[in-house]
Amino acid sequence: MDSATTLTSLIIILPLVGFLINGLMGLSSDSFRERKGMIGAIANLSVFIPFVIAVYFFLNMGQETAPVIAELFTWIDVGTLSVDIAYQIDQLSIVMTLVVTGVGFLIHLYSIGYMWHDDGYWKFFAYLNLFIFAMLNLVLADNLLLLFLGWEGVGLCSYLLIGFWYTDMAKSDAAKKAFLYNRVGDFAFLVAMFMTFQFVGSLQFDVILSNLDAIPSDAKFWIGLLMFIGATGKSAQIPLFVWLPDAMAGPTSVSALIHAATMVTSGIYLISRLSPMFVMSPEVMVIIAAIGALTAIVAATIALTQNDIKGVLAYSTVSQLGYMFLALGSGAFTAAIFHVVTHAFFKACLFLGSGSVIHAMEHVEHGLHEEGKEVHFDPQDMRFMGGLKEYMPSTYKTFLIATVAIAGIPPLAGFFSKDEILAFTFNAGFTEFAGPLYFLLWGVGIITAFLTAFYMFRLTFGTFNGSFKLPEKIEEAAGAEKHLHESPSTMTIPLWALGGLSVVGGFIGIPNFLVSTFTHEEAHINLLHNWLHTVTADYELGLSHSLEWALLVISVLVAVAGLYVAYRLYGSGATEESDARLAGRYGVFYETWKEKYSLDEFYEGLVVHPLVRFSDKGLAKFDMKFVDGIVNAVGGIIRLFGSVFRYAQTGVASSYALALVVGVLIVLSLLIL
Amino acid sequence: MQLLLNICIYLPLAGIAGILVARNDKATKWISLVTTALTFLLSLLLIFNFDISASGTAQFLTEGAPIIEGMDIKYLVGLDGLSLLLFMLTTLMGPIVILSSWNSVKKHLAGYYAMLLLLQTASMGVFASLDLIVFYVFFELSLIPMYFLIGIWGGEGRIHATVKFFIYTLVGSLIMLVGLIYLGYDAGSVMEGVRFSTDWRFLSSGAYQIGLVEQTYLFAAFALAFCIKVPLFPFHTWLPYAHTEAPTAGSVVLAAIMLKMGTYGLLRVCLPIFPNAFAEFAPYMGALAVVGIIYGALVAMVQKDVKKLVAYSSVSHLGFVVLGLFAVNTISVQGALLQMVNHGLSTGALFLIVGMIYDRRHTRMIDDFGGIAKVIPVFAVMFMIATLASIGLPGLNGFIGEFLILNGAFNSEIIPQNAFAVFAALGVILAAVYMLWMYQRVMFGPLKHKVNEKLQDLNAREIGILVPLVILMFWIGIRPVDFTQYSEVQVNELLEASQEKRLAIEQSAKAEELPEWASALYDVTNELASQTKNR
Repeated sequence: MDSATTLTSLIIILPLVGFLINGLMGLSSDSFRERKGMIGAIANLSVFIPFVIAVYFFLNMGQETAPVIAELFTWIDVGTLSVDIAYQIDQLSIVMTLVVTGVGFLIHLYSIGYMWHDDGYWKFFAYLNLFIFAMLNLVLADNLLLLFLGWEGVGLCSYLLIGFWYTDMAKSDAAKKAFLYNRVGDFAFLVAMFMTFQFVGSLQFDVILSNLDAIPSDAKFWIGLLMFIGATGKSAQIPLFVWLPDAMAGPTSVSALIHAATMVTSGIYLISRLSPMFVMSPEVMVIIAAIGALTAIVAATIALTQNDIKGVLAYSTVSQLGYMFLALGSGAFTAAIFHVVTHAFFKACLFLGSGSVIHAMEHVEHGLHEEGKEVHFDPQDMRFMGGLKEYMPSTYKTFLIATVAIAGIPPLAGFFSKDEILAFTFNAGFTEFAGPLYFLLWGVGIITAFLTAFYMFRLTFGTFNGSFKLPEKIEEAAGAEKHLHESPSTMTIPLWALGGLSVVGGFIGIPNFLVSTFTHEEAHINLLHNWLHTVTADYELGLSHSLEWALLVISVLVAVAGLYVAYRLYGSGATEESDARLAGRYGVFYETWKEKYSLDEFYEGLVVHPLVRFSDKGLAKFDMKFVDGIVNAVGGIIRLFGSVFRYAQTGVASSYALALVVGVLIVLSLLIL
Repeated sequence: MQLLLNICIYLPLAGIAGILVARNDKATKWISLVTTALTFLLSLLLIFNFDISASGTAQFLTEGAPIIEGMDIKYLVGLDGLSLLLFMLTTLMGPIVILSSWNSVKKHLAGYYAMLLLLQTASMGVFASLDLIVFYVFFELSLIPMYFLIGIWGGEGRIHATVKFFIYTLVGSLIMLVGLIYLGYDAGSVMEGVRFSTDWRFLSSGAYQIGLVEQTYLFAAFALAFCIKVPLFPFHTWLPYAHTEAPTAGSVVLAAIMLKMGTYGLLRVCLPIFPNAFAEFAPYMGALAVVGIIYGALVAMVQKDVKKLVAYSSVSHLGFVVLGLFAVNTISVQGALLQMVNHGLSTGALFLIVGMIYDRRHTRMIDDFGGIAKVIPVFAVMFMIATLASIGLPGLNGFIGEFLILNGAFNSEIIPQNAFAVFAALGVILAAVYMLWMYQRVMFGPLKHKVNEKLQDLNAREIGILVPLVILMFWIGIRPVDFTQYSEVQVNELLEASQEKRLAIEQSAKAEELPEWASALYDVTNELASQTKNR
């Protein structure tokens, strides 16, 4: 094994080792479970060391460096199907690895404080490490099948962590729902793999990408579409996104890591990885872009009606993922990955910030109980918050930074990535196939940008501005504010780190025209584009500088407008009053948003219940009554024969003799006649 | 080595003798354990000495003299790529089922363990025999101990269950016997010096070709017997009864070993001897398999009894195996062979787990549990792993088998429609539905019943039973090559040989007069007739 292979396998294996140590020791030894410092250290190191190795790889890699391939062993070798456990470190996978291990490490660090008092502390870290292991398999795999192992593996960890507090049936329901909706997508993914193998004879990425001609164009359409359906499961797009908001039942650091920063971006990674194939079927590209834009706006409208602080962030995540798919469908693979990265920073920051708030609110509830006041409220409900900025300055400041970033206000991270996506969407409007549709999608993207700024500032203002609502709403809770505290430093340090990244993260993708307008020659200041150009098959950006400037100004203006409107309505912390005003003004629409477009009820009513009822009242009865009934009937007929012929078996010799004589007579008479 | 194979097969019978001599409950258990464990250890020597690259004949071959003058019926046992892994699975499950019964069976111990040991010998015999009469004898012999295991040590509805199981499968095998006798004489008619032969090596070779008409009838006779045994939809209704009523060990052997005799028979007997009928009926059998996959899953979903749920899940899982066999290509058949082992491990483990909880609470109803994960965490982990293996999570064994089968079926030339594989893949979603839903209702949520508060977690014996199975689940999931290598050569040869034979028979059929249905079914036009017409 050369050193690159060794290092690559270390990246993969260390999180697995962490999982095994904490998992097996925790399961078997009570005393081990109490050594929380050690458990946390093991788990954190199992992610931190891979991060360091990934940085080392990154520093030794250039834009043109050929991928490092680490073949560990043959996985499957049957007939013509041969698949290796092999990893590939190239410009794309190293970016994902840095995000997974880097942001992953910060969230591990945060979880030490966040989960310290939980009984399942050891188990939590075991699962978290297992997740990192699976996620690294997903992003580093050099073939589709190993990617699929990671793909389903992260799904399993998501299942285990959403249902972490499994004694609550609602939480285990949410976990199951996540797994099953993902399985629907995985089914499509499986079929896509069969088709790929049918035409290419291999599942290895470089073989597929160098044999694209072997795939007929209609098969390319189907493979692309099926993979995208797979992605709608994992990356929570229409029609399969409904599991993600429920997934917030898990501990908040899980929401940050799995359901915002990493796992849910798997679909974007998959499509970017195979981007040369996707660009060959413009029909699929349009579908991806349209579904992405639709998801973005649908989720954004739901987000502005939610009161659960994590719920808003969950729908926001769905909406931002929609942007990423809009980017993919517009041929802006680099921009999609760019948004994956910046989104990982600011959304992880937001989730961890919300966790810090929830932590504080739970602390308040706990404190009130200790005073002997039986006060019960939902610690995630914004309507009990307000005014928290005084008490939680670090949480507030980082939350505000991340909000500005996601809202797309320059020069923070989200501005650059979102602006690039919208520019590419507009750019795709000039393509031959379905061009004008892309202008419409750009419009949807712009409206969503306005909504994003609006609902995010509504959330921030409602949580941190105005006065603390809990004592106002519940009389018994008077004086509750004295229980409000900022979270410990293990939690605030990751917040500041992520907040800092949300500020500077965008500078890896500064648009080239910002410079070239003034220098009048080609500029190459977009680092991420330079970095990824050998891997992703981006469309050519053919907009004039003036048009690019115009688009940029528009996207800044809508973001600022969203901020302004939100400030007018919610700046004083009057969340409920302003919500009521909105509800009044938008009537039915607002109801629909608040009811989340009734999609859950739709699926339950149209698929789940009918299927269960059909199986229970139909098939199971059919099986027992009809299928088994035939078997019993055959048995019965034979028994009936038996019971008739039984009378012949009298056991009386004389009657046998009589029958014999009669028989002989019959035979004889037949012969004679 | 060939002696070693025979020792393995008959060692359990020596155990029965020991039990009869000892007449002591404690000794009975230990004798059973030691003999089955020894059998397993000896069988390890077999697999270590198995020559992976050897082609053609089986290894460790024992060939006896013909039993009757002029009739080529003889004791013929050996192992090849088709049978080796299933043989090993059988020897592995031996000590496991003995240990699983250790404290849960309390009546007629001597009889119980003797039946398990007899079943062990019969099962090994089925997989090792290469003369079809010997195969048939072992095949039938395995019914008898299972009949008693369910009928005496089973649950409340055991009599109905065992009679149904016995008669249903017996009817199938009697029809097979008729076919077998015909086949023997037919083979004898083309051989020199004998009137009758059931030597698999001859029957499966290209030298012995059966006409299309006879092939159809014979295939029907054999396939029916095997499909009942599998059981393939719609012949499956004996299974839920038998599984529900059988004692834990019975269910485990039934699921892990006996059902495989059906799929193994399809591969060993039907494919090489009736290749044309096999290929011609493949789409129909494939369709039944796919229906079984979805149907079994949907019915499993709404079961209230955990054991019955697992039983129906077997119908679904074995549908995959049958689909793989009838897709007739290397990938799908290798997948089917591996999936037979996988199903034995994961469903075997699930039945063991259900048995463990039954031992504690004497109920298997989902509603009697709920929220017990916190009370018995080790049990919860084992149960979760077996569940995940069963729903085909990558990294565990079930995924490899299913992926190979589906991928093979998708690209099959014998069943050309992609729809088979696509619909079968829906079973992957449904498996997650019924298993996770069941797991959730049994393990998660608040503790529903106060009696479950004091449930004991798994003891060392129980962990010891499950750990080898869990290790194998991971091993196959991560390094399936270590297992598929044993069958690679044999499967390739079998497929090539039967392909050649199929074409040869088809060719010679063109020169024969065929009944209309046969020429329509096999799409063979009589060359003589068409030539006449052309003139």
